[in-house]
Amino acid sequence: MLDTFTAETLARIQFAFTISFHIIFPAFSIGVASYLAVLNGLWLKTRNQTYLQLFNYWKKIFAVAFGMGVVSGIVMSYQFGTNWSVFAEKTGPVLGPLMAYEVLSAFFLEAGFLGVALFGRERVGDKLHMFAVAMVAFGTLLSATWILSVNSWMQTPAGYSINELGQFIPEDWWQIVFNPSFPYRLVHMVLAAYLTTALVVGGVGALHLLRNKADAAARKMFSMAMWMLIIVAPLQITVGDFHGINTLEHQPVKVMAMEGHYDSHPDGAPLILFGIPNAEEKRIDYAIQIPKLSSLILKHDLNAPLAGLDTIPDEDEPPVVIVFWSFRIMVALGFAMLGLGVWSLWRRLRGKLYDDSWLKRAAIVMAPMGFVAVLAGWVTTEVGRQPFTVYGLLRTSDSLAPVAAPAVAASLIAFIIVYFFVFGAGTFYILRMMNKNASTPHLGLKDGPIRTASPSLVATIGSDDASGDKHGH
Amino acid sequence: MDIELSFIWAIIIAFAVLTYVMLDGFDLGIGILFPFADSEQDKSVMMNSIAPVWDGNETWLVLGGGGLFAVFPLAYAVIMPALYMPITLMLLALIFRGVAFEYRWRTVSWKPVWDAAFFGGSIVAAFTQGIALGAMVQGIKVVDRAYAGGWWDWLTPFSILTGFAVIVGYGLLGSTWLILKTEGELQSKMRGYAKWLGIGTLGFLGLVSILTPFQDAAYFQRWFSLPGSIFSVLVPSLVGLCTWLLFTGLKNKKEIQPFLASLSLFILSFIGIVISFYPNIVPPSLTIVEAAAPDSSLKFTLAGTIFLVPLILIYTAYSYWVFRGKVNPDEGYH
Ligand code: HDD
Ligand code: HEM
Ligand code: HEM
Repeated sequence: MLDTFTAETLARIQFAFTISFHIIFPAFSIGVASYLAVLNGLWLKTRNQTYLQLFNYWKKIFAVAFGMGVVSGIVMSYQFGTNWSVFAEKTGPVLGPLMAYEVLSAFFLEAGFLGVALFGRERVGDKLHMFAVAMVAFGTLLSATWILSVNSWMQTPAGYSINELGQFIPEDWWQIVFNPSFPYRLVHMVLAAYLTTALVVGGVGALHLLRNKADAAARKMFSMAMWMLIIVAPLQITVGDFHGINTLEHQPVKVMAMEGHYDSHPDGAPLILFGIPNAEEKRIDYAIQIPKLSSLILKHDLNAPLAGLDTIPDEDEPPVVIVFWSFRIMVALGFAMLGLGVWSLWRRLRGKLYDDSWLKRAAIVMAPMGFVAVLAGWVTTEVGRQPFTVYGLLRTSDSLAPVAAPAVAASLIAFIIVYFFVFGAGTFYILRMMNKNASTPHLGLKDGPIRTASPSLVATIGSDDASGDKHGH
Repeated sequence: MDIELSFIWAIIIAFAVLTYVMLDGFDLGIGILFPFADSEQDKSVMMNSIAPVWDGNETWLVLGGGGLFAVFPLAYAVIMPALYMPITLMLLALIFRGVAFEYRWRTVSWKPVWDAAFFGGSIVAAFTQGIALGAMVQGIKVVDRAYAGGWWDWLTPFSILTGFAVIVGYGLLGSTWLILKTEGELQSKMRGYAKWLGIGTLGFLGLVSILTPFQDAAYFQRWFSLPGSIFSVLVPSLVGLCTWLLFTGLKNKKEIQPFLASLSLFILSFIGIVISFYPNIVPPSLTIVEAAAPDSSLKFTLAGTIFLVPLILIYTAYSYWVFRGKVNPDEGYH
């Protein structure tokens, strides 16, 4: 029984677990960093206090999320070596420089200006402070650019040759960086980060509006978020469609799995909306499908033939069930986001944006859905390219580090415990801050005394706080 | 041409690692000294003295790892599995101390938990870094371009010794940094600690230096033949000079001198290690040239590095400049 937990399986679980945690934080902090830059810019331009209040509110939430992103990211940058050393040795000449550029151009930029952006407004003045905030936002976007280039190269390798040691050798850096799937993946991911943030900001705004319809900061948040949603959601669906077409060109097997096409369709493939993939029998049970629509979407021709998984050797097949479901979750959520955006636009045009309680409740329900969609999307991407780490060229089973299974098991258990404990606590603190409205002067610390209910503590915390938040107002 | 490029890169990576050790050294050192703070006020001051810069300091560690992956992928692929346990522990420790910077301001009832996480994370990170160093000095077994040892090979009395040495050394850096950044009671307390930590650091330095040649005879040879022997004479006398500067600085209540002297001690020890390793990147057998990525990777990465690294140094210096001077206990944004 223990045989099922080979070093390879454990390492894969560990990688999937740690990267899934990591991506949650950037997906949020890429968006919030840009949002902070916008808020600060609007504050400097209009001198409307609400913007400053919102800036200070989201700044604190950002700081916690960013911290979690940094520490979970450091883990990632070492895991290629600790668990996937053969992969690292073979792809290092191509991927290493891209990651080095990510560190040099993006991480240092974020880290270097983060201190000034968070703590330095009074020390450096408005202009330099604005510059620092913008640099942090720019840094997060640059970081996404490089790492997505890395990931895309593994999906659609280009611009390389292979030497006698089996290493990938760079031949054309332009082709490597701008490999075929990179532009699509970059745009899709950055939009995903903006959507995720818009949903969170909208949800928080909605929560406070439900409590107090006149809350100026909550109105601003809600309105800004709903604008973002109605603009970005349709864009994201369009880009997703293009991304899928690109994938069909370069990774057709992944699309077969996403679509649930076990069989080839010589004259027009159906779009399977729902169904239960039956991996043993290699068919989709109880399929609800629209004839020929898949060919129309993917090939823009009702009768275009589409090959199925029956044309692929079994050992090259990705796990269909996971990919089939994760893809549907993402797409369904994409349309749900669009729905929320349309609803809000309709209420806005009617002048009732802040009055519709059901809209607010829906926004709260949708608040975490960006994260779910991002994870579902990445699972589709990553599981769909199995059993390869470099698509078609290097198998996952040939990428593994020579580390004994018990060592990997121990580290996996440690990561699981630590991540749930540490990031669970961080998520709790973030939610608690969000539960306060933006005019609460000292998010967080205020709660202590309420729970411990000791008057002496209240006094100390009170003074602690008054001094601590000097820059806040 | 081949050799030169990989050689330049070896210098750059060494520079990144050294910068990391110096910057995160005092940073982790503050975590190590954290339980010795008497009051909440002192704790806040200690933490606030590094809050704006810790993330930047730690990024040098990412550069060390990422840079190795880029330009010496074989070394990266050998070292990481060999040091699987200490590195994983270090990463977990860095998680705990990293989040503590924000978390401790977000709760009252759990503040002690995150203070403990800050201390525990810092000391474990220092210890595992020391162990990693010791394990490298002992040598890593490589067969057919892959790590060929077991998963406990790193654990020896020598690596435990270097682990403790790094804890004490980082403590020295932290205490002298606080002398620079604080005033009054906390400062004089740190002066007292710095003296003992200085003595401890020198003791460990001596012990490790004596034991190092026994790890591998090649080290002995490198130190006692040219050009290494020039340094064999130079390094100990410079260590003597720094020691003198450290202790007179402490005695005469100088503010920046003890910190600079401690940093210099670290630089000198680092030079010592570099001499011992050269021309290997992973002792005892993997050389810099062997481990290097092909020229096209080295060139592509170098082209950006030569102007990005100075740029990074400039804005890092700027950020330190913005937060210069004594820490004001009433400042912060929390
Ligand atoms: C808020 C997040 C979000 C939303 C609403 C959507 N996606 Fe997405 N999708 C992602 C977030 C995401 C992602 C996390 O960003 C992925 C994972 C890897 C990537 O490049 O983007 C992704 C991957 C991904 C892929 C896999 C590409 C590949 O692996 O080669 C396809 C085909 C689509 N998406 C298509 C869509 C479509 C047709 C959507 C319309 C409803 C959609 N996505 C909504
Ligand atoms: C951030 C979002 C990402 C998520 C959620 C994600 C998720 C996953 C998952 C679930 C797997 C396991 C697939 C399997 O084993 O069946 C995987 C594999 C892998 N991913 Fe990603 N991934 C992400 C991004 C990246 C990026 C940016 C890189 C590289 C720069 C990367 C590199 C890899 C590699 C090398 C593997 C193979 C190892 C393995 O099978 O576990 N991933 N990923
Ligand atoms: C295996 C793949 C990945 C590795 C090795 C990695 C590595 C890292 C590291 C080391 C950090 C900390 C930087 C610091 O010290 O400041 C970090 C943070 C970050 N990463 Fe990743 N990362 C990966 C996947 C991703 C993906 C898929 C994205 C986005 C599309 C992303 C975006 C970011 C961003 C924006 C940050 C800044 C911190 C934050 O926003 O929370 N990373 N990453």
